[in-house]
This record gives sequence, structure tokens and C-alpha cells, in this order.
Amino acid sequence: MAADHAIAAEGLRKRYGDTGGRAALDGFGMTVPFGTVHGLLGPNGAGKTTAVRALATLLRYDAGHAEICGFDVARQPGEVRARIGLTGQYAAVDEQLSGRQNLVMFGTLYGLGRRRARQRADELLAQFGLTDAAGRGAGKYSGGMRRRLDLAASLVRVPRVLFLDEPTTGLDPRSRNQVWDAVRSLVATGTTVLLTTQYLEEADQLADRISVIDAGRVVAEGTADELKARLGGARVEVVVRDAADLPRVADLLARAAGPGGRPEVDRDARRASVPVADHVAALTEVVRALHDAGVTVEDIGTRRPTLDEAFLHLTGHRTQERTDAAGDGAVLAGKGRAA
Amino acid sequence: MSADTVRGAAPRRRGPVADGLTMTRRHMAHLARTPEEAALYFALPIMFVLVFGYVFGSGMSVAGGGNYREFLVPGVFAMTMLYGMGSSGSAIAVDARRGVVDRFRSMPIARSALLTGRCTADMLRGVIELLVVLMCGLLVGWTWHRGIGRMLLALLLVLALRLAITWIGIYLGLLVRNEDAVGGIVFPLAFPLTAVSNVFTSPELMPGWLGTVSEWNPLSATVTALRDLFGNPGVGGSGWASDNALLLAILWPAVLTAIFAPLAVRRYKALGR
Ligand SMILES: Nc1ncnc2c1ncn2[C@@H]1O[C@H](COP(=O)(O)OP(=O)(O)O)[C@@H](O)[C@H]1O
Ligand SMILES: [Mg+2]
Repeated sequence: MAADHAIAAEGLRKRYGDTGGRAALDGFGMTVPFGTVHGLLGPNGAGKTTAVRALATLLRYDAGHAEICGFDVARQPGEVRARIGLTGQYAAVDEQLSGRQNLVMFGTLYGLGRRRARQRADELLAQFGLTDAAGRGAGKYSGGMRRRLDLAASLVRVPRVLFLDEPTTGLDPRSRNQVWDAVRSLVATGTTVLLTTQYLEEADQLADRISVIDAGRVVAEGTADELKARLGGARVEVVVRDAADLPRVADLLARAAGPGGRPEVDRDARRASVPVADHVAALTEVVRALHDAGVTVEDIGTRRPTLDEAFLHLTGHRTQERTDAAGDGAVLAGKGRAA
Repeated sequence: MSADTVRGAAPRRRGPVADGLTMTRRHMAHLARTPEEAALYFALPIMFVLVFGYVFGSGMSVAGGGNYREFLVPGVFAMTMLYGMGSSGSAIAVDARRGVVDRFRSMPIARSALLTGRCTADMLRGVIELLVVLMCGLLVGWTWHRGIGRMLLALLLVLALRLAITWIGIYLGLLVRNEDAVGGIVFPLAFPLTAVSNVFTSPELMPGWLGTVSEWNPLSATVTALRDLFGNPGVGGSGWASDNALLLAILWPAVLTAIFAPLAVRRYKALGR
């Protein structure tokens, strides 16, 4: 069957039976070309997991239409399952079996045959740095190891389309990089990836295109650069020791930002900032100018909009689950502070 | 990413039997990986025989006369099968609660595989349990007196009961999806079910209506049929249920399986709603 897109969904609706409230998916749609990585970005409760589970045949949607590799998700789930891999938000491995036993079992179920399944298990264990832990029960793995095993299980048979639901949430940087590397090398072989994430940076790193999802609906779609442009892009931010220096610093920021750069000044925080196009070049210039002007600086750096700010910008309202959104903000702010 | 053999282009189905057997092997691997848990579990029937046979048994008498332990062992067969509901139910609850079932459900494998694999594994477990009771029984002086054919038929009835109980357990596990809750339901359920049966005492020795309930108890049907087929004492009884124990020992498990297996399958499919 010839298909134009690896993933095509339109008008998906899903309301969970036991919650009379709002729909988890409310007209969700997306198209993803073959061989690309598509990021699905949104805060906790936006509907990311619901969308992934619906597309992966795990959840029946109430209305709408979805195709994977040209096969109708609702009517040809078997064909869809033969072509997809799924790594969920929670590691889907058998915790009572060892890492190797898990991979051999999945290989066998995929029809690899015992010998080939064992071979493939060892390849994957090596690729994900799990060889030493291969014989240990998966239940005794650390969170990062379990997630890597989970990803390995999705790759036992290289899928045409791989769904990754928040694959790096809660991982340490090293495990996160391993996951990212695996995704990149997988895409290099032609697999299409749908990746959900709460982290702007992750979508930025991996995705060709990004859909921003809010309350079960896509509110913005584009490349990372397009979205960042819409979000106002990066800012250079300076905190001075003496508030009297602020006007001078604002002048200097305006010059570094180039034409149209309007600095913002917060006297109470002794902070001045300006949106910039090329944040590395701008930061270098600002540092030099500050030094030449002899201004004492307490802090300086570039900052990206947090997911929270992005949401305010894109949807005109704040994210609904405040506690979770605050968590996202913290994660993203940590990244933004680094210069 | 090596070789094309792993690229998931064309689906390669192995069929429900092969998939189910892989699942069975998975469940047996669980057993092998937790030998201490398994040992504890298989010690249960030994405890039943010792505690009820020697501690309580000293004060018990058998209606119509006979050795109490000869009377007890057929009951222990049934009781051991009944307590298997807990292991069936909690195993499936663990599966359903963790994400691993999501992976199975997103794979191109027979949807039935998880449940048929679970059921087959539980039946294999049932065979081990049955052998433990058999050995233990022989050690405390129980035996069969009416030939190997009737003895084997009796063991088949034990497994028929196990089949029904396995499906009830699977249904329960999928219903509550919490292994602790399964235990919390099974044990309060199993206790009165064995108490108001002919496992420990003949129904004739119970007060009126309790005796009737006990006679019609599915466990009692199997136990009476076992006593009859093994030639153990205390077959007793005069009601229709006791007279047709063999028929009921086949009918009860068949009816219970016919009710609970489809319920379990429906429940399993509903995980996606
Ligand atoms: N099994 C469920 N039953 C009822 N409501 C659910 C269930 N799963 C998710 N929801 C609700 O649906 C919405 C979307 O959830 P989810 O898809 O998990 O979002 P995300 O993955 O983006 O955090 C949330 O409001 C959530 O509370
Ligand atoms: Mg989620």
C-alpha cells in the first residue's frame, strides 16, 4: 500500500469514560512524513500520552481518522502493530525477567527465531550499555537502565514508525544522551519517530517539526526555528550590582541586539534584557562592551522562553496544571541560564 | 542496527498457539527466577496436610468411620487448587498494572496470547501442586484403593477445578489490577468456601441449611467425587448433589470456566477503553 505519510491523523477525539469532564483529545491532528522526527510538545495533561496510545492501537478513539503507513488505525490494527514500536512513559518491560530474557522474549514474539532473537538481544544490550546487567532482573535496574532496556525492546525489530512517549523524563544526562543517540541513529536508517516531550530543548535537539499540544488540540506547528521565532526567541539578560548602571546597560544591549531591539529594564531586580537573533554572537558582544564600559555585573546569560511562557504566548492562557507547569519551568530555566 | 531480518516491513505472524506458548515460557521463567517464592507456595499443601491432618485432625471423626487423613487428602487437593486463584490473579494484576501489557498489545501478536499463556502456565503449576499433594498424601498414609484408572480420572477432575479457578483468578486480577487487592479478595473468599464444604467435615455433621449449602458447594462436588474415585472414606451424603458428585465435579468447573473465561477476555480487551 502506498502512503504519503508515516503518520496521518485528523480530528481525533477521546473522552475517557470515567471522567465526565473535558476531552483528552479534542480534534487532534498531525501529519508526519516518512523518515522524519516529529516532536509533540506540551505540558502534563495536554493529551500527549492519549494521542500516542490512540495512534499505537492501544486506545480506541471516539471520533476522527488516523493512519500509520497508510493503514487505518481503527480498522487495521494488526497491520499497524506490525510496523510500529512503542516506548511508553512508563517502562514496558517484564520486571521479573532479566534484561536479556526480556529482549529474547520480544524477539521470539516478533518471529525472529530463538537463535536470531538471542543474537539480536546481545547486540541491543551492547548498544545500550546493558551487557554487564544482562542477567539481572529488570526490576532491579535503575530508572535509566530500565528506560534504556525499554527502548531496546522497541528496537528488537526495527519499526517503520517509533512512538516515544517522554523517553527521557527523569533520566540522568548520560542516559538521556544514550537515548538521543539511539533515536538519531535509528532515524538515519529511515525510521519515522513521534516523540512526546515536556522539554523544549529535547524537541529542539531531535525533531524536524514540532506540534505544540494543549488541552487535546494542536495549537501550533512548525520547525523549531519557526516556533522559536513565534515565541520571541532567545534573550540576553544582564543583572548589575548597581541599579544606576541600568540605563547604560540598556543602551549597550540595544546596540548589541541591532535594529529594532527594544531592551526591557526591571529596576527592582536590577536586570536588563533584550531579545536577540543570534544569542552567541550577541552575548559575546555584550560581555565585551560591559567590560569596556567598566560596569560591575552580577550575572549574565542568555535565556530562552520557558515552556510556560511559550504557552502563554501561543494559547493566551497559562498551562492548566500549575504544579506541573512550575516543574517544567524549572527544568527549562536551568537550561536557559547557561551562557 | 544490523541486518534486514530485523527490519519491520512485512508482518510475520506466528499464530496464537506459538505466541501463547512463548507467554507460557515467560510465566514459567518467573517461577524459575523466584525459587524461594515458589518453594513457599508449594509448601502450602504440605502445611494443610500437616496442620489439619495432625493438629485439628486428632479431634475430628469421619462420618461412617475411617482414617481422618485418608478423608482429608482429597479435600487438600481441592483446597490447594482453590488457593491457586491468588497466584493466577496477582500475576495477571502485576502484568496489567505495569506497562508490559501495553507492549504486548502494541505488538503484532495474537491478542489471546497473554491470557492463554497465563492459563497454560497456571495449569502446569497446577500439575506441580497436584504432585506435591500426592506425595505428601502418600507420606501421611493416604492412598488410592480403586485402581490407577480411577485415580487418574480423579486427578483430571482436580485439574478441571484448577482450570475454572484459574479463569476466576485471571478475571479478578484484571478487574482490580492490584496484586494486593487480589489477595484481599481471594483469602476472605476462599476461607468460608472451604469451611462450608466437605473438605474438613462431612455435611451430615453440619446443622441443616449449612449442610445443604456445603453439599452444593462446587468444592464439595469435586471432593466427594475424589473420595469416591480414590476409594477414601467419608463419601457419605444422601442428597441429589452427593449422589451425582461425579457429574457435578465436571459440570461446576465447566460452567464456571464458561462464565469467567469470556468475562476475563472481555475485561482484557477493555483495557484499551
Ligand atoms: N485513564 C484515564 N482515565 C481518565 N482520564 C485520563 C486517563 N488518562 C489520562 N486522562 C486525562 O486525560 C488528559 C490527558 O492526559 P495525558 O494524555 O496523559 O496527557 P499527557 O501525556 O500530555 O500528560 C488529562 O486531563 C488526564 O487527566
Ligand atoms: Mg503523558
